[in-house]
Amino acid sequence: MTAHGFMQIGLYLAALLGCVKPLGIYMARVYSGRGPLKRFVEPLERLLFRCGGIDREREMSWRQYAAALLMFSFVGFLAVYGLQRLQAVLPLNPEALPAVSPDSSFNTAVSFVTNTNWQGYAGETTMSYLTQMLGLTVQNFVSAAAGMAVLVALIRGFTRRHSPTIGNFWVDLVRGTLHILLPLSLVLAIVLVSQGVVQTFSRYREATLLEPSVNAAGKTVTTQGMAVGPAASQVAIKQLGTNGGGFFNVNSAHPFENPTPLSNFLEMLAILLIPAALCYTFGEMVGDRRQGWALLAAMSVIFLAMLAVSCYSEQRGNPALARLGVDQTASRQQSGGNMEGKEVRFGIVNSAIWSVATTAASNGSVNSMHDSYMPLGGLASMWLMQLGEVIFGGVGSGLYGMLVFAVVAVFIAGLMVGRTPEYLGKKIGAFEMKMAALAILLPCAMVLLGTASAVSAQSGREGIFNPGPHGFSEVLYAFSSTANNNGSAFAGLAANTPFYNGLLGLAMLVGRFLVMLPVLAIAGSLAAKKIVPQGPGTLPTHTPLFVVLLVAVVIVIGALSFFPALALGPIVEHFMLAAH
Amino acid sequence: MLKQLRAALVVLAALTVLTGVIYPGVVTAIAQLAFRHQANGSMIYVGGKAVGSDLIGQSFSKPEYFWGRLSATSPFPYNADASTGSNYGPLNPALKKAAESRIAELRQSGVRDARPPVDLVTASASGLDPHISVAAAKYQVTRVARARIMSEATVRRLVDQCAEGPQLGLFGEPRVNVLRLNLALNQLQAQTAK
Amino acid sequence: MSKTMSKISSVDPQILREAVVASFQKLAPRVQLRNPVMFAVYLGSMLTTVLWAHSLATTVTGESSWFIFGVTVWLWFTVLFANFAEAIAEGHGKAQAASLRKTRTSVVAHKLTDHSSRESIEVHATDLQPDDIVIVRAGETIPVDGEVIEGVASVDESAITGESAPVVRESGGDRSAVTGGTKVISDWLIIRVTSRAGQTFLDRMIAMVEGAKRQKTPNEIALAILLAALTLLFLLVVATLLPYSIFSVHVSGQGKSISLTVLVALFVCLAPTTIGALLSAIGIAGMNRLSQTNVVAMSGRAVEAAGDVDVLLLDKTGTITLGNRQATRFIPADGVTEQELAEAAHLASMADETAEGRSIAVLAKRRFGLRGRGLEQIKPHFVPFSARTRMSGVRLNGHEIYKGAAEAVETHIRSLGGFLPEAVHTAVRQVAESGGTPLIVSHDAKVLGAIELKDVVKGGIKERFAELRLMGIKTVMITGDNPLTAAAIAAEAGVDDFLAEATPEAKLSLIRDYQKGGRLVAMTGDGTNDAPALAQADVAVAMNSGTQAAKEAGNMVDLDSNPTKLIEIVSVGKQLLMTRGALTTFSIANDVAKYFAILPAAFAATYPALKALDLMRLASPASAILSAVIFNALIIIALVPLALRGVAYRPVGAAQLLRNNLLVYGLGGLIVPFIGIKAIDLLLSAMGLA
Repeated sequence: MTAHGFMQIGLYLAALLGCVKPLGIYMARVYSGRGPLKRFVEPLERLLFRCGGIDREREMSWRQYAAALLMFSFVGFLAVYGLQRLQAVLPLNPEALPAVSPDSSFNTAVSFVTNTNWQGYAGETTMSYLTQMLGLTVQNFVSAAAGMAVLVALIRGFTRRHSPTIGNFWVDLVRGTLHILLPLSLVLAIVLVSQGVVQTFSRYREATLLEPSVNAAGKTVTTQGMAVGPAASQVAIKQLGTNGGGFFNVNSAHPFENPTPLSNFLEMLAILLIPAALCYTFGEMVGDRRQGWALLAAMSVIFLAMLAVSCYSEQRGNPALARLGVDQTASRQQSGGNMEGKEVRFGIVNSAIWSVATTAASNGSVNSMHDSYMPLGGLASMWLMQLGEVIFGGVGSGLYGMLVFAVVAVFIAGLMVGRTPEYLGKKIGAFEMKMAALAILLPCAMVLLGTASAVSAQSGREGIFNPGPHGFSEVLYAFSSTANNNGSAFAGLAANTPFYNGLLGLAMLVGRFLVMLPVLAIAGSLAAKKIVPQGPGTLPTHTPLFVVLLVAVVIVIGALSFFPALALGPIVEHFMLAAH
Repeated sequence: MLKQLRAALVVLAALTVLTGVIYPGVVTAIAQLAFRHQANGSMIYVGGKAVGSDLIGQSFSKPEYFWGRLSATSPFPYNADASTGSNYGPLNPALKKAAESRIAELRQSGVRDARPPVDLVTASASGLDPHISVAAAKYQVTRVARARIMSEATVRRLVDQCAEGPQLGLFGEPRVNVLRLNLALNQLQAQTAK
Repeated sequence: MSKTMSKISSVDPQILREAVVASFQKLAPRVQLRNPVMFAVYLGSMLTTVLWAHSLATTVTGESSWFIFGVTVWLWFTVLFANFAEAIAEGHGKAQAASLRKTRTSVVAHKLTDHSSRESIEVHATDLQPDDIVIVRAGETIPVDGEVIEGVASVDESAITGESAPVVRESGGDRSAVTGGTKVISDWLIIRVTSRAGQTFLDRMIAMVEGAKRQKTPNEIALAILLAALTLLFLLVVATLLPYSIFSVHVSGQGKSISLTVLVALFVCLAPTTIGALLSAIGIAGMNRLSQTNVVAMSGRAVEAAGDVDVLLLDKTGTITLGNRQATRFIPADGVTEQELAEAAHLASMADETAEGRSIAVLAKRRFGLRGRGLEQIKPHFVPFSARTRMSGVRLNGHEIYKGAAEAVETHIRSLGGFLPEAVHTAVRQVAESGGTPLIVSHDAKVLGAIELKDVVKGGIKERFAELRLMGIKTVMITGDNPLTAAAIAAEAGVDDFLAEATPEAKLSLIRDYQKGGRLVAMTGDGTNDAPALAQADVAVAMNSGTQAAKEAGNMVDLDSNPTKLIEIVSVGKQLLMTRGALTTFSIANDVAKYFAILPAAFAATYPALKALDLMRLASPASAILSAVIFNALIIIALVPLALRGVAYRPVGAAQLLRNNLLVYGLGGLIVPFIGIKAIDLLLSAMGLA
């Protein structure tokens, strides 16, 4: 890797860390009802709540909170499903795209409602502008806001004592959308347009080719059609809300979604921006910022380690190509490395950062094709998802997932210092452990069982594109991605079939709601508890030692659960390539 | 329950209007006013005719043009109506085969250099990559110059002129826009022919 | 009991023998079902047994029967070792219980039919009901727990305390409780029965040490959930490995899919068997360790809570100080000689049989050689000390001489028209400020001067409190003294805080205040008036010498009646939790090495490239798998002593403890199995078994 490469990584991390504090404080104020935009947004909120018959002063128990969340998600699912099925007869469909198939519609509706944004479909050839806007863009906002709402509810669980309630879902949802996601998206979208991201309601563009080309049928092609659309508005929120569902098939590798290195930098920053800043928000809201920094540090440690693996393996290039005499060395004239499935303007470093950031966060957008990564590069991405999407993770969902791990870490650590465990003054009892175990276990189980059924079933095996262990990796990646609500893919897998649409849809539902429910249960249980004051016998949870322990717990659970599966996929592929 | 349903419907409807109609509408309005060129696809016009986009690559296979990345789109390469990558895994024999046949083509077209830059023998992520590395452009200078009966130095100079460094001196990799380079070549030759 | 309990050693052949037998008895499915982790291993062992039998019956060339047999045998050993660990811990408890039970032979009780005439009928102890009245004479055994309502006697309580010196039991006051199974040595007692036979203190003690009544503690339940979740996770990992393996064979076109035997072996190795096998042993051993310090806990929950205690309430008297304030100085008022003062003080203390009173006489004698004069001649009328007046004294020839608490005497002389001279007032204040207790001596309405009484702080107590502070425990001294005195003693003893002029109500509300602040409070007590506070405290240690009410209210009883015992109790509680945490960490860390042993072995034929993961360079796939299984079984036995003994606890900060334990059990757990498995593999190859 060149010095320029290191500089770009440094710049990225510096920019990210620089945003953590201001945005973190801003979000803490929003969720405490003191958002600086209150003056403008409040009248709108009032109107909305009045129409919906919502009393915003009335708080909810965790069960009510969960019920509201489920109801809202279900209604959202129906809307996205309906839009896809009916798009042929609805307006804003200049390319006259037909209705989407029922199984694909189901999969996509689940995908966007669960903040996964797995794309079983190719955007430019499937979705009308109306579907993209009213269905997908809207869910990009609200599914992200719902994840943040659950996090805030959990934080309230830590900060309240003897409280039967954990906040009002509708208030949290609307605040997150209007105060945080909407303003940030608006700014980012416009900057992206300035870089060349398209934003238009007109038909697809057409140009005369400089050199006519020949198509598969042997006919001469003289013109080049170019899919366009209202992309910038959707790209901005897909990055900020850790959604990741692209406007086009190849997502942010598409030059109209991500035209320049600068747009790439901003989109990458947007991936981790809110998940990272939420750590600070957490510290701010629990009244001890060090707690937030500690969680951020734990995330960063694993992130950096995986980034190193990915950069190293991609920059080293493909030995199979090296043997053909291909020049893969990085220099001032080329980025070198494994360029299959990567774009020249991004090169190795910006592709590797993106691939690690997008899988660390449950974003899932891509600017390069993960299927074509070297085994270790693919492993880094896959494993980051398998860790449960807690290394930054989804907006809200990443941090609440990490807090679940913190609960487990505190439990083990507490035992080792001879105290019944407590976190932030809340005793961790059997109920919390049960819920934490469920939240960790269920997505793991879904990945393992989903992969098992797909590689056993004929319809599952048929979708596999690459031969050898890489084919296994494709399936494993798909379930790791969906069951952890990431949405990125080893895109060779032909997953737009009833089999995969159904099974992956199920995985996304499990990964979202069967984690959210235990988390809300923990929030409710903790809120009802007293707060134990800190003493010298209390294990401090803001120290490097605790960070190490937390990292160890996340890694060990992730490694022990997936080591055998990974061994039969990327790991064996790596050794085969080395021996090749 | 019914109360929750009403709340859900109203909140979804309201947020749909805000984030699904007003928000994209506002962005489009600003985009069309402030960044008309970019918002509509950064099209390149020659003589009033659209010849492509600054951002979307085109397929070149004639020796007098610089060639771009391999493209996996179908039914023809660089089909910007249906973007896709090759998705070949690193051990996939098809990957090796594609690289081998590209190398053979490059050699056949008379390039002496034994080590082709990697981006010339691999497919891009989008299938629409408008760029190649500076190394890949330099690699093709001899062929293009010979095919166009131009001096290598002239072509090389043109490559250098078209080469882009990191954006703002910070972001991205050294690269050349293939369509822009080829258009510039055509223009240069047309000027010299006059 | 220190004599009876602590001599039970872990290598007692009798216990070992019984534990081995019990290991097999515990193979009953009903018993196994109680521990989900080991139950899964149990089922796995059964499965491989069937596979082995099947391999013998069929001639189809598959896995060698010897390999399946080897795995099966060691899986059964794993189950047996777990049973053994539990059995040996129970064995200790049983041995202790047996020694207690010896005292509970059938006792005949003399039930009073008529209280005044002392007429009694003989009934069996088991037939006694609460509120029955029995009489116990010298040489007889007290049949059940009760309250002395009449009589004074010396009682031999060695059966439960191990203390051979007899103790005095008498009606009224704090020494009225008697325990069933103890023996009256002299005189007689009339006792009101307070508990039913079979529910006496002794019965409960036996049940506790025997583990019969052992319920899982909250923390144990939470840990069990974590372990069950891990087991389930590994079950999934292993179960899904079969289809993965079939698919891999399909795409690679070579090798054979993973066998059921190897899958079971892998599962057992991954499941947290080490901690799963030792979990109940750790709990039982914790209770046993507590018994060895001569404390009987009424519930495991209390022991666990002891590890969490953050506030410790200690009675000043007898705990922090030697217990008796002693007169150290006479401070006469102006115009009074020291000797005059001493004489008056001596006279006033004559009838005061308290230690304080005696110490005044001792001081007077030492300073001025005063002795008790012929009291009969002067016909004094003694006024004994009372809690109401807080004075004692003597009326003599129409004069009144009093000594008592400064305020009390001051009130008294004011009522007679006297006043407290400024010099004496200053002296009183100085004494109080220096931690002493000032008394004032008056002669009618005149103040003669003050006496300084001082508390003597026990040696070494300051260091113990420092230790507690390191453990994170705040010490609070409870005293009836005035705030000034209390502050001085608190400073001298090094406690963190104190409650002066404490009443039972003040104690109770102090505990409640701490608890409201989220703290866990421990206290010791012995008197009946301590009972409400004991009942309120989270960890309440009643002194065995204390009243029945105190013992009922507490959740532990200290047989030695040593108030600083709480320090040991806290250590035991912490040790219990730490041992669980350490072994859980160790167990999970072990899995890494096992993966590296088993995975390359299991997939050697399908993907030879995976040989690269065989870091230990094991002899053969079969030997690799067998070595991992054997290691997994042996480590349980190897860790039994640790489980019984508990992880060493040193009072250092939480962070330091965590760092140490993570290094030893986390990093150790990572490395040890690599060495162990390799060693077993070498041994197997050397024996030609691999």
